[in-house]
Amino acid sequence: MRLRILPKEEVPRMVQALMEDYRVVGPKAKGPKFVFEPIVDPAEMRLDYNITILPPKVALQPPQERVAKIDLEGEVPQTDPLIEAEPTVIFGAHTCDIHALRLLDRAFAADYPDNHYLKRRQETLIISLECLEPCDEHSFCKDMGTLTADEGYDLHLTDIGDAYTVHIGTEAGEALLERCANTRAATDDDVRRLNEVLSAKWPRFTHRLNFDAAELPALLATAYEHPIWAELGERCLSCGSCTNVCPTCYCFNMLDTVSLTLKEALRIRRWDSCQLDEFARVAGGENFREARAARQRHRFFRKGKWLRERFDTTGCVGCGRCIRACLVNINIVEVFNTIHGSA
Amino acid sequence: MTQSSIYAPEFARLVDVRPLTELEKLFTIELPDGRSLGHDPGQFVMVSIPGVGEAPISITSSPSRSNGTFELCVRRVGDVTNALHRMKPGDYVGIRGPFGHGFPIEQMRGKDLLFAPGGLGLAPLRSLINQVLDERGSFGRVIILYGAKRPAELLFRDELEEWAARDDVEFHVTVDRGDESWDGHIGVITTLFPLITVDPRNTVAVTCGPPIMYRFVIMEMLGKGIPETQIYLSLERRMKCGVGKCGHCQINDLYCCKEGPVFTYAQIKNVPEAL
Ligand SMILES: Cc1cc2nc3c(=O)[nH]c(=O)nc-3n(C[C@H](O)[C@H](O)[C@H](O)COP(=O)(O)OP(=O)(O)OC[C@H]3O[C@@H](n4cnc5c(N)ncnc54)[C@H](O)[C@@H]3O)c2cc1C
Ligand code: SF4
Ligand code: SF4
Ligand code: FES
Repeated sequence: MRLRILPKEEVPRMVQALMEDYRVVGPKAKGPKFVFEPIVDPAEMRLDYNITILPPKVALQPPQERVAKIDLEGEVPQTDPLIEAEPTVIFGAHTCDIHALRLLDRAFAADYPDNHYLKRRQETLIISLECLEPCDEHSFCKDMGTLTADEGYDLHLTDIGDAYTVHIGTEAGEALLERCANTRAATDDDVRRLNEVLSAKWPRFTHRLNFDAAELPALLATAYEHPIWAELGERCLSCGSCTNVCPTCYCFNMLDTVSLTLKEALRIRRWDSCQLDEFARVAGGENFREARAARQRHRFFRKGKWLRERFDTTGCVGCGRCIRACLVNINIVEVFNTIHGSA
Repeated sequence: MTQSSIYAPEFARLVDVRPLTELEKLFTIELPDGRSLGHDPGQFVMVSIPGVGEAPISITSSPSRSNGTFELCVRRVGDVTNALHRMKPGDYVGIRGPFGHGFPIEQMRGKDLLFAPGGLGLAPLRSLINQVLDERGSFGRVIILYGAKRPAELLFRDELEEWAARDDVEFHVTVDRGDESWDGHIGVITTLFPLITVDPRNTVAVTCGPPIMYRFVIMEMLGKGIPETQIYLSLERRMKCGVGKCGHCQINDLYCCKEGPVFTYAQIKNVPEAL
């Protein structure tokens, strides 16, 4: 294990140095909450944040992006793919969000590689942060196996008091650290403190699912007709907040626009939500997922079963964002526990 | 990593536009440099018009008749399809694809084939039917049961007449509602099934049509004893990417654009959202 020590007072200098060469996306305060956004001043970075409204996914699959430009001036329209990536460092991502990126990496690489995401991913370095206590009462990362990570980052920080230990995950991470940060070698005392911190963290997290998450796919397989979907369908407002904040949601819409001069058209991709009424509707008026209950079921099956089966990694990372975002208190933990309780 | 985008259309020229009915037109399209599309029957392309939008459309021409062009049969129903209908030969449309899983023609060789398209469902099946007819010797019986709402909605009338005239094609057509010009069969497509007998184990059946039709047609096919693994259907869903990413086309855990649009009945019979 390659370990370095980053004294806390060195962090702003490191961020400043990173900002020379990279877009640094990190946690910042927004009112009483936190967001992942480009850092303009190192002092804004709030590594003591609990949870961000939107996950760091925003740096890789932004809510809206241009995917192609079409020049309409000539006789034959000309398409220009727009692969818009810039060197980026995601700084301070919690481990649940790192696990979520593994899913996105697989989804965007599968079959037909999506170079918009993949190029951005390739140009992005990830500095993650070990969580030492649950973000709030809605976190269930312990159940989903995401409250730590041993891969998926270039550098991984753990707070040991007056300093961070830095696990080096990749060579690119190591080079970045050498170039941009004043670190020192880890002493035996640092390692002892790290071990203390890590063993002290586990009891602070509690299990909230009443069963082992590995059973989720099998559990859901028996629950397609469960009455809970109708209940959720009655309550859900189809606002799409739950999917908007989810680090493992990546569905999108495509929009074609044209400039006022009619000289140029743009193809734009925007986040979309399976909870919206028109998501599965086709031209003849047929809606293949018309009932809210069916749309709710779709989301929970994706999170608990289908994504995992398809991409061999968890489809829900237990961040709890969808629970915090829902105006009518639809709670994924309660949903899964209810199904388990009646199985 | 390349700078290419799976969402960036390539522009292709309309070489012919021919009205088929009040609502449908047939578009003949030529790719740049005379390249062939290289599709399988049953696959689709994403057709786009800059600033308007994009729509999935089945390739209706047979690979065996490509001549450097391919054909799309498009019903005007909304933004993109209406804009397409206003286009003329010489205009350009965006094309992505071909995408999806088509019909496994190799597994059909030597078999009797039963086609049962309803309405616009003839568009994707025509690609397969014409390829089969171009290689007629390597298939057994060819039975086509075609249903439309009204006589005026029958597509590809010249080809229907050709099929009806051939000795090596058993062709039956019906309309839900007749008119004074019609002296043929009247009734929904399922009413054609009693007219035929098949050797079920050696028959591959293929259907495509409006969502409501599948259950009834499949019941007829199963009723004839055709095994579930030998019944193929092509399903329609909303599609935004065509390549298994955007999520719109999902049928439970299946992606219609990628794992379909052609499925066997065996594949989807336990997938509740399929039919
Ligand atoms: C695999 C496949 C093959 C098809 N083959 C044919 C064909 O050969 N001929 C034909 O006429 N039609 C075909 N369709 C249906 C055709 O795609 C729709 O009629 C078309 O998308 C309508 O677009 P619009 O913009 O004209 O309609 P609008 O109603 O204006 O569409 C509004 C929006 O809904 C979306 N939308 C509506 N219906 C569909 C749909 N069925 N699928 C995907 N997105 C939709 C559009 O992308 C658009 O953004 C096929 C559909 C699929 C999935
Ligand atoms: S489903 Fe909810 S808890 Fe799970 S990853 Fe998405 S937002 Fe987080
Ligand atoms: S946030 Fe709640 S109300 Fe809104 S779509 Fe999701 S489950 Fe429904
Ligand atoms: S059309 Fe986008 S996933 Fe199938």
